[in-house]
Amino acid sequence: MSTMVKAERVCKSYGSVEVLKGIDLEVNSGEVFCIVGPSGSGKSTFLRCINHLEKINAGRLYVDGTLVGYREKGGKLYELRDREVAAQRRDIGMVFQRFNLFPHMTAVENVMEAPVQVKRVPKAEARKRAGELLDRVGLADKRDNYPAQLSGGQQQRVAIARALAMDPKLMLFDEPTSALDPELVGEVLDVMKALAQDGMTMIVVTHEMGFAREVGDSLVFMDGGVVVESGNPRDVLTDPQHERTKLFLSKVL
Amino acid sequence: MTPSTDKTPSAGASVSKDAPEAIKAIPVRHYGRYVSAVVVLVLLALLVRAFATAEGLRWKAVGDFFFDDQILEGVKNTLVVSVLAMLIGLVGGIVLAVMRMSKNPVTSSVAWGYIWFFRGTPVYVQLLLWFNLALIFPILDIMPIYKDEMTDVMTPFMAALLGLGLNEAAYMAEICRAGIQSVDEGQTEASQALGMTQGQNMRRIVLPQAMRVIVPPTGNEFINLLKTSSLCSVVMYEEALRKAQNIGNNSSAVVELLLVATVWYLVITSVFSIGQYYLERRYARGSLRQLPDTPWQRVRKNLFSMGRGTGSGAQGA
Repeated sequence: MSTMVKAERVCKSYGSVEVLKGIDLEVNSGEVFCIVGPSGSGKSTFLRCINHLEKINAGRLYVDGTLVGYREKGGKLYELRDREVAAQRRDIGMVFQRFNLFPHMTAVENVMEAPVQVKRVPKAEARKRAGELLDRVGLADKRDNYPAQLSGGQQQRVAIARALAMDPKLMLFDEPTSALDPELVGEVLDVMKALAQDGMTMIVVTHEMGFAREVGDSLVFMDGGVVVESGNPRDVLTDPQHERTKLFLSKVL
Repeated sequence: MTPSTDKTPSAGASVSKDAPEAIKAIPVRHYGRYVSAVVVLVLLALLVRAFATAEGLRWKAVGDFFFDDQILEGVKNTLVVSVLAMLIGLVGGIVLAVMRMSKNPVTSSVAWGYIWFFRGTPVYVQLLLWFNLALIFPILDIMPIYKDEMTDVMTPFMAALLGLGLNEAAYMAEICRAGIQSVDEGQTEASQALGMTQGQNMRRIVLPQAMRVIVPPTGNEFINLLKTSSLCSVVMYEEALRKAQNIGNNSSAVVELLLVATVWYLVITSVFSIGQYYLERRYARGSLRQLPDTPWQRVRKNLFSMGRGTGSGAQGA
């Protein structure tokens, strides 16, 4: 099994505030990798470092063997250009807590936008593919609706379809159900489960412990910018070794 | 989701069978409103009568000159210089806005300086400066490509166009910047995460959404610009007001021709206001669940529902 994401002592700070204090972890291909922890623990920041939405200050971060955001040559690091960073992000899908759908485009236009603009896929072909993806997330009948006309759960499913349209090799989920009504969480998790069964490599920042236990292959618990505990989700969630993990789980479970 | 107005617990079940009687109350009479309406109408009537019967005012002249060739030519010139100046303002404004938001300190401070200068000086002065440029640069010499007498280049039209357009760009820059900054940062993050470049993000994602914020004040700016173009008579540009004044002075119908110009300005600004309404409607796509009816659609709806009570029109607004 190959390594999809490899983090070596990744550090990130905003001014004098240290958010990540040396994260080491490895995510294997085809794995569902869950990150849990209290808010402010740096889990979302770490996720955003993986596709270079945030620049790391120290350490190294590799996706599929390639250094993210930089080129290393002769012992020196060179920043990548805007275009090169964009090219790296093409293969990494991301789903946001607040959906971030493009409000001026219909569902199907949202999904076909990146393939047409970035990959230069012909429009008719992209539209057909977008329709199939919307069908896959159960929204075939909503293709011509604008995001404002959809419920939160539906919007998030469109967002997943939009990310899938670029045929990513890795999907990042940043608390995908945290902004949803409890009733609507299930429909999004179902889509994610189906995706996991298809063998997609997924890194999921979540508060849904049930999802982590059921679908996750690995889990890390983060607090204060470090990985406190990691292992199989079922082991960590039922029998945490560290006091901090125990305290956190006793509050959320 | 409908708010419940009923507070009695048992009402829910029995509503269909035994609905309470609808309230038929005698409305409060607002006598003050009748009085003030009458006062306003009387004052208005007096004003209209004063103008209609004014001895010095020949209304026939207003009608005669309204479609005069010279006047039409002036109106055309007003439109041409306004539309072109607005285009310069729009393009220049977007460029300046992007420059101001750039991380490069040189471009952002140059943009700041431009806006500072052109917003801080009267258009009237700027027009005169452009017009008299030949006094300091008699020859326009853009080294390898162009060389000519400045007076040949800086015609009244060019002076008017540059004076209005460059001034407008400074105002549009601030409007565009406000529009671009009003778009949620999550939009840029989403497009970047999809692998779009900064240029694609600006063109496809940010600007279309910024337009919702940019269009209304831009319509305002354009109408302002149309009216400000009357200042161009100072650089000998023959726009509507100058033409009207020329005729007025020659035919000793000064006020009549000023009224002709007034009505023409009203006609043009009204037409563009309607255009603005439809433009705003277009960029509201996606931000409203249902677009409001156009005035025309509303008229048709009201026509067809006539005689079926007053309920239908109330939900428009």
